[in-house]
Formats: sequence, structure tokens, C-alpha cells
Amino acid sequence: MADHAGVADEQVDLDRRKFLTRATVATGAVGAAFAAVPFIESWFPSERARAQGAPAEMDLSKLDAGQMAITIWRKQPIYVVRRTPDMVTRIAGHDADLKDPNSESSVQPEYAKNPDRSRSAEFLVLVGVCTHLGCLPKQRFSQGELYPSWPGGFFCPCHGSRFDLAGRVFNGSPASINLRVPPYYYPKPTTLVIGADEKGSA
Amino acid sequence: MATTLPGGTQPEKKGLWAWINKRLPVTEFIQDQLTGYYAPKNFNIWYFFGSLALVVLVLQLVTGIFLTMFYKVGEATAFDSVEYIMREVDFGWLIRYLHSTGASAFFIVVYLHMFRAFLYGSYRKPRELLWLFGMAVYLALMAEAFMGYVLPWGNMSFWGAQVIVNLFGTIPGIGPGLVEWIRGDYGIADATLNRFFSLHVVAIPLALLGLVALHLVALRRTGSNNPDGIEIKEKIGPDGHPLDGIPFHPYYTVKDVVGVGVFFILFAIVVFFVPTLGGLFLEGPNFEPANPMSTPEHIAPVWYFTPFYAILRAVPDQRMGALLMFLAVVLFLFVPWLDRSPAKSIRYKGLPSKVALFLFAVSFIVLGYLGLQPAEGLYVALARIFAAIYFAFFLLMPFYSPIGAKQPPERVVYHAH
Repeated sequence: MADHAGVADEQVDLDRRKFLTRATVATGAVGAAFAAVPFIESWFPSERARAQGAPAEMDLSKLDAGQMAITIWRKQPIYVVRRTPDMVTRIAGHDADLKDPNSESSVQPEYAKNPDRSRSAEFLVLVGVCTHLGCLPKQRFSQGELYPSWPGGFFCPCHGSRFDLAGRVFNGSPASINLRVPPYYYPKPTTLVIGADEKGSA
Repeated sequence: MATTLPGGTQPEKKGLWAWINKRLPVTEFIQDQLTGYYAPKNFNIWYFFGSLALVVLVLQLVTGIFLTMFYKVGEATAFDSVEYIMREVDFGWLIRYLHSTGASAFFIVVYLHMFRAFLYGSYRKPRELLWLFGMAVYLALMAEAFMGYVLPWGNMSFWGAQVIVNLFGTIPGIGPGLVEWIRGDYGIADATLNRFFSLHVVAIPLALLGLVALHLVALRRTGSNNPDGIEIKEKIGPDGHPLDGIPFHPYYTVKDVVGVGVFFILFAIVVFFVPTLGGLFLEGPNFEPANPMSTPEHIAPVWYFTPFYAILRAVPDQRMGALLMFLAVVLFLFVPWLDRSPAKSIRYKGLPSKVALFLFAVSFIVLGYLGLQPAEGLYVALARIFAAIYFAFFLLMPFYSPIGAKQPPERVVYHAH
């Protein structure tokens, strides 16, 4: 650098320089963090994806007892099972084999936080996505279908998670919580709306 | 040498080469990086895989650029465009199979390259950063391979993405929101495919190139390790070069070219005769379009992820499983500080180190096999045993590695051919 006579003699306040350098870097970092916001936000579901995630309606009159229908809400399969009285009785009696029998750490609306995990025992509404890693559990509703003491329920083929006829997970499954219950309500006795309830849309 | 003119100035060199060199340090670069870079003279077959990884990287970049010319990203078009490449683009099948086989070849080469580091202690001081940059390359490669596998939008692409993305959902608190953010929708969807395409084709390749450059710069700083695990820079000859070193070019460039030749023979056999390698390199369900309503009977990742996948499934708790799987990868980063043996190379390490490395290699391969099998009965039990061995290799290393080490020789062991 060129020799600046006079400047060299002046007392340089190094502390002041250090402070100014740090303040500049800190301000720049805050600015960079704010500038990152739009880019990060862009990854959230778009307006279109959110619009397509609106509540889904389903006609229950065509669903026979003991049958399961699958509809789609928010790109996820929704399992709707019309349980027979026999199936309802098979929900009870194996609480000791369950990881979360009272759905304490599972995901469901308040009105489904009961042993049969539904608003009315007849209809079971579940998000048909394994809470382990997202495969589709298969229906294994018959008693003893998997092994002699099997009370009927769902079986995930990917990693072997097992759930009962209320979607509650059995011990020894890699999944840790019960199958999720979406918000739902019945505007008419034979119509099911998934993704919304009295409190509004999810 | 140029004659000195009266007055002491040298005549200016003439010609295009001189003109360029005055403006760009080409000669210096070649001298620094190739002819003046002294590598240990006792390299063996394990030292082929670094240069092979570079060759495969170039192969993937070139074939990838061409695939991008014909591939159409999007839920509705992706699968069909891959079929179009396979059936209607002239030699499209070859370009695609080169790329898909290249992905597996990349991992084979990188795993062997990493095993070499374990054999000869190439991660030890002063090469810790070199190892960490290498691990960063490996992590980027995993992300690149995973996202690339989603692009054909076959059924295994879809469900593989579903399973892997959901792993992030096991993070306490932010998990579910994070998963939605990664997918950009309430399920694996068009938005997910599009962003994976961008990352696979632009972002991660750029990061990979940068990391590979850092890996090589760090290598030039410390110099290569060698099968004896001793520093050749400590024995300098009268010419100022290591006594046990030889110039990288021409000695090792020529050696590496032979390796590349052998590699391409094996590579071509796969590409032309068994491109799917019985479902190992390309899985059967991926020849069906993605179907969100139908999970394949048996989901398994491609072979290079299966050791970690087996660990994930061996744990009967999802959060713990994901954590252990993550740990199985991350532990590699700590190896430079876990290994406390006075000797770097396996040649002079004690019996416990030799046995441990052997068991680790076996457990990695067995876990890889188990990850391909259904998660039931004996397979899960075995996965637990071998996962325990896998983790013991790392976690017990500070205790077994110092035992029984021998004094390495002063100079590298080398027998002229």
C-alpha cells in the first residue's frame, strides 16, 4: 500500500474497528437470514395444493357392514370401515398388548379419543398411512388371520406394524403410535365429511 | 536453459504456449498437481478407487446432462418420458442404463475407497479434514442417489420417497411440519418430484463438484497415505523430494488408466447384459408407474442403502430406529478420533483391530443383504445382532485399537517388479 504520511502516526482504535466489523457482519447475517425466508417459504404447500386439500365428502349408504371403503383426502388414503357388532367386540380384551391403548400419544380429534376411536362405534375413519414410515396398511379383518390370537385389524407389509380394528398399534410393531384419525363429521346420517368437523376445516 | 543476454534479462519466450502461460498458470498447475506431486511408491490395488470415483462422476454428469434433454419432469409425464427414452430415443436405453448402472458403480467404488481408508488408517492425523470432506461427498452422493431414484416416478420411486421423507417426521416437535415442507403437499406429489429434480440436476451436483475439489485440495496438502501408513514426507532425498515418492504423472496416471480399463470392462458387462442386476440396480416395481393407492408388497431401497435400512427396521421403535440409522452414518465422521492405535495401517495394528475391521466388513455386507429381505422373523433377529456388531466396531474402537500394535518400518515396504 502507498505510504500515507500522517495516517500511520494516528492512534488506531482497534477495539472500535473490531466492534464495527462485528456489527457489520451481524447485520449482514440478519439480512441474509431474512432474505432466506421467501426461499424457505416457497417449499410449503402452494395455494393450489392447499385448495385441493379441502374437505372430502363420502356417501356411506353403499358401504356394507364389515366392508372397508377407501377415499382420498389430501393425497392420503382414508380408510372407512363399517364395523359389525362382532368386530366392535373384538376391539376389547387386548389392551395389554397395545402400545397406546388409550390413544394418549396418538393423533386424533377429541371425539375419537376413546377405545373404539370413533364418533360412533359403527364407523371407523382412519388415515390409511402407517404411522411408522407411511406405507398403506392392509386389511386383515378376520379373526386369527395373521396368527391364532389375532383379533383382526390392519397389517403393514413394509415393516410389519400391526393395528387392531380401532387402528391401535400392537406391541412389537415398529410404529409407535396408533393410526391417525382425521377430523370428520356427519352432516347427514349417511354422509361423511373428512377434513372438517363442527370446529371448521383442518 | 535460456541463454542470458547481456544485462541479465532472459529473452521472452515465444509461441502460443508461452503466450497462454503468461496469462494462465497451466504449466505451474500441471507441475504442482501432477508431475511435481509425489505419491508413495507402494500403492496397491486399493488405490484405484479414488480415480475411478472421479471417472464415474464424469460419466454421471455426461449421461445425466443427456437424460435431462429427454426427461419430462412432472407427475403426469415423468414415467412416460423415461419409457420414451428407453424405447424411442436412439441409444436412449444405453444412456439411461449407463446412468443407472453408474449410480451403483459410484457406490461400489466409494465403498471400496472408504474401506481402503479403514485398512490403512487414511483418516488419521493429519488427514482428518480430508476424511471429513470425503464423508461430505458420500452424504451428498446419498442425497443425489435418493432423489435420482424418485425421478422415474415408478411405484418404488414413489414409495421409497414416502418412506425416506417420513423419516424426518420422527424428529420430535417439528417432524410433521418438516415433512410437509419437504413434500410441498400433503403427500408425495408433483411438487415433491419437481423440487427433487431441481436438487438432483442442479444443486447437489454443484455441491458435489465443490466438495470433490476440496477433497482433492486437502489431499494435495497432506499427500496420500499408503499401505504402510507412514509419512513419506519425513524421509526427504537430496533432490528435495520424498525418498519413497514418485511423481503422480506419469507413474500413477498410467497405473490408473489400466484400472479404468478394467473397470469399464466390468461396467459394460452389467450395462449390456444385466442392467437391472436381478433387481439390485433397478427394482422390478419401478417398471410400474407410481400409484399412491398401492404399496408394493415389499419395499426395499437400492442395495447401497440397505445396510442402514436393515438397522432402521431392526428397532421396534420408529424414533429410535431412525436415530440409530442416522447414527450409523454419522459415526463415520468420528473415526479419526476414535482410532487410538499407534500404527495407522492394518499391517502393524494388533489382532483386535484386525478382527474388528473384518467383523465390521462382514456386518456391513450381511446388513446389506438383510435390508433387501422382508422385515420378519429370523431376518430381524439377525439384523439386530449384526447392527450390534456394526455399532460396537465404532464405539469400542478407542478401547481395542491401541492393543497389540507393532512398530511400523522406517521406510515403506516395496519390492520392485
